[in-house]
Amino acid sequence: MANSKQPVFIAFQANNDTLPIIDAISEDNPNAVVTEMPAMVKIDCPGRLVIKRESIEEKMGREFNLQELQINLISLSGEIDEDDDEFTLFWNE
Amino acid sequence: MTKAKKLSLKQNYTMLTKGLDWEPSYQKKEDIFPQLSFEGIKIHNWDNWEDPFRLTIDAYWKYQGEKEKKLYAIIDAFQQNNGQFNVTDARYIQALKIFINAVVGLEYSAWRGFTRLGRELGDASPRIATQMQAIDEMRHATTQTHAISHYNRFFEGMGNAPYQYDHAWYLSIPKSFFDDACSAGPFEFIVAISFAFEYVLTNLVFMPWMSGAAYNGDMSTVSFGFSAQSDEARHMTLGLEVIKFLLEQDPDNVAIVQKWIDKWFWRAYRVLSLVATMMDYMLPKRVMSWDEAWTIYYEENGGALFADLARYGIKPPRNAEVTIKEKGRLSHEMWSIFYANRDVVGFPLWLPSQEEMAWFSEKYPDTFDKYYRPRFEYWQELEDLGTPYTNSTLPQLCQVCQWPCLFTEADDPTEFVHRETEFDGEIFHFCSDGCHQIFEDEPKKYIQAWLPVHQIYMGNCLLPDADPSSPDFNPMAEAIRYMGIKPGVDGGLFKDHSDAKNWEKWTERPANIHQGASTDFVRKTSSQNSK
Repeated sequence: MANSKQPVFIAFQANNDTLPIIDAISEDNPNAVVTEMPAMVKIDCPGRLVIKRESIEEKMGREFNLQELQINLISLSGEIDEDDDEFTLFWNE
Repeated sequence: MTKAKKLSLKQNYTMLTKGLDWEPSYQKKEDIFPQLSFEGIKIHNWDNWEDPFRLTIDAYWKYQGEKEKKLYAIIDAFQQNNGQFNVTDARYIQALKIFINAVVGLEYSAWRGFTRLGRELGDASPRIATQMQAIDEMRHATTQTHAISHYNRFFEGMGNAPYQYDHAWYLSIPKSFFDDACSAGPFEFIVAISFAFEYVLTNLVFMPWMSGAAYNGDMSTVSFGFSAQSDEARHMTLGLEVIKFLLEQDPDNVAIVQKWIDKWFWRAYRVLSLVATMMDYMLPKRVMSWDEAWTIYYEENGGALFADLARYGIKPPRNAEVTIKEKGRLSHEMWSIFYANRDVVGFPLWLPSQEEMAWFSEKYPDTFDKYYRPRFEYWQELEDLGTPYTNSTLPQLCQVCQWPCLFTEADDPTEFVHRETEFDGEIFHFCSDGCHQIFEDEPKKYIQAWLPVHQIYMGNCLLPDADPSSPDFNPMAEAIRYMGIKPGVDGGLFKDHSDAKNWEKWTERPANIHQGASTDFVRKTSSQNSK
């Protein structure tokens, strides 16, 4: 994977379902910047942002399918690599 | 009892999309997919198409169903709580008129476009992705209609959306954009819509503007906005996948794709300029300015996208630098045009308040006080004198984007852009170099454009019961009636509009938070409160 520093982002609806998701993302991505706007939380990160199923499950205290992200997702930017364990946003260059 | 191990996401998606297609034996492939070659795009191996979301049919319905339940629960709660009266003021509601009349038609056109792709593309995997997108687009058209129809019970200008989309002069801007895309080949359509429109630009509507809707108390609109954009996240990913797929298939595709990116970025930017006005002028409480939104969503996030695509030889869109030069002017120029033409639009107009002009001075330090404040202050004087400024003629429209030629030169905000060219003995007019270049590349397509102002002057915009020979025939009033706009009801000055009066009657709060009450309904309440 290349070392792009170009920003990727993901944005979620601001609600109780997304609190643990945003917490997990912040902990797994120390460079992520969380911006709260009315009804919306946008997470920007240079180059690469990884969302880990296990971290979210730990925060939520239940099993979590990464495809559940769709329910409270607003938008995103970056190339996507998704499997059962991780949802990654990245730029190559 | 043994339970079969669950398939992984990747296995599941592969089972759905690969190896299900068959090789035709008694029909030629080019007869089954007749539109795949005329655009010059070369595809060698459809198997390389990969949808990164890997959404299978069962997951699609499951998560879309959950999104719908959430959305309709919020819409129900909003309606039961009389949420339409809890938004900031009645000016905010005017933005919803643009939404129902312009955006819903776009969603419906997108459904048409993607159902066609679900038939035409050459492999199961892109056909599945585009079919899901078609269903999404229909969902957006219906949820937006459901959410806004509640407002239609109380306010003017929202009850005739499909008709207005097809007839109103300023709605030909979005309509002609999508008709232009739908009448292109399948690869151009998907680059135009999935990439240039959705990936590069729709975040501006569905993130900062929708967040602004929430900030102004409209939980119904923000919920359909965010719910739609969550589908859009998949569409954008599809758009990026399409671009990469086309560029990787054959080096000859690069120049074709670049040309489409240049064209459709400009077309989409001109359509979305409406959002600049909606953000800066129609949200009584603001989240960010158009200038700030353009910096974040185009310059930073779009910049990252084009840096990533540079490895294929793709350059940022032609004229992108013009959009950056225009960002400090766009909303002000556009609001001026709508204000001046307010008697022929479907929503009433107002001049920005002192508070709002102070905000503009802060957000637009290089442009607002120099170019626009003096104009608005002069227009305010005229309004106060009872002789408000108004345009008495219809504006010159651009042959390509169909906006009035209202934009100023990239390097001189005091000079209107006006380009023209001659083709086949006729002169055609453009609002910008971007639109002029698009015309020059495909003149035979764009000479066919149905330009509302031209059509009005040619006498083609009359309802069957209009009688041009009658002594009291008023051509302008008849043209407005043809457009589905109610003369004397829908446009005009906001303070005189029935929405403003009804708002004060029903809510006992000012229709414009910055200008105090304009009817007795509010005064009565406040004097009672002070006793």
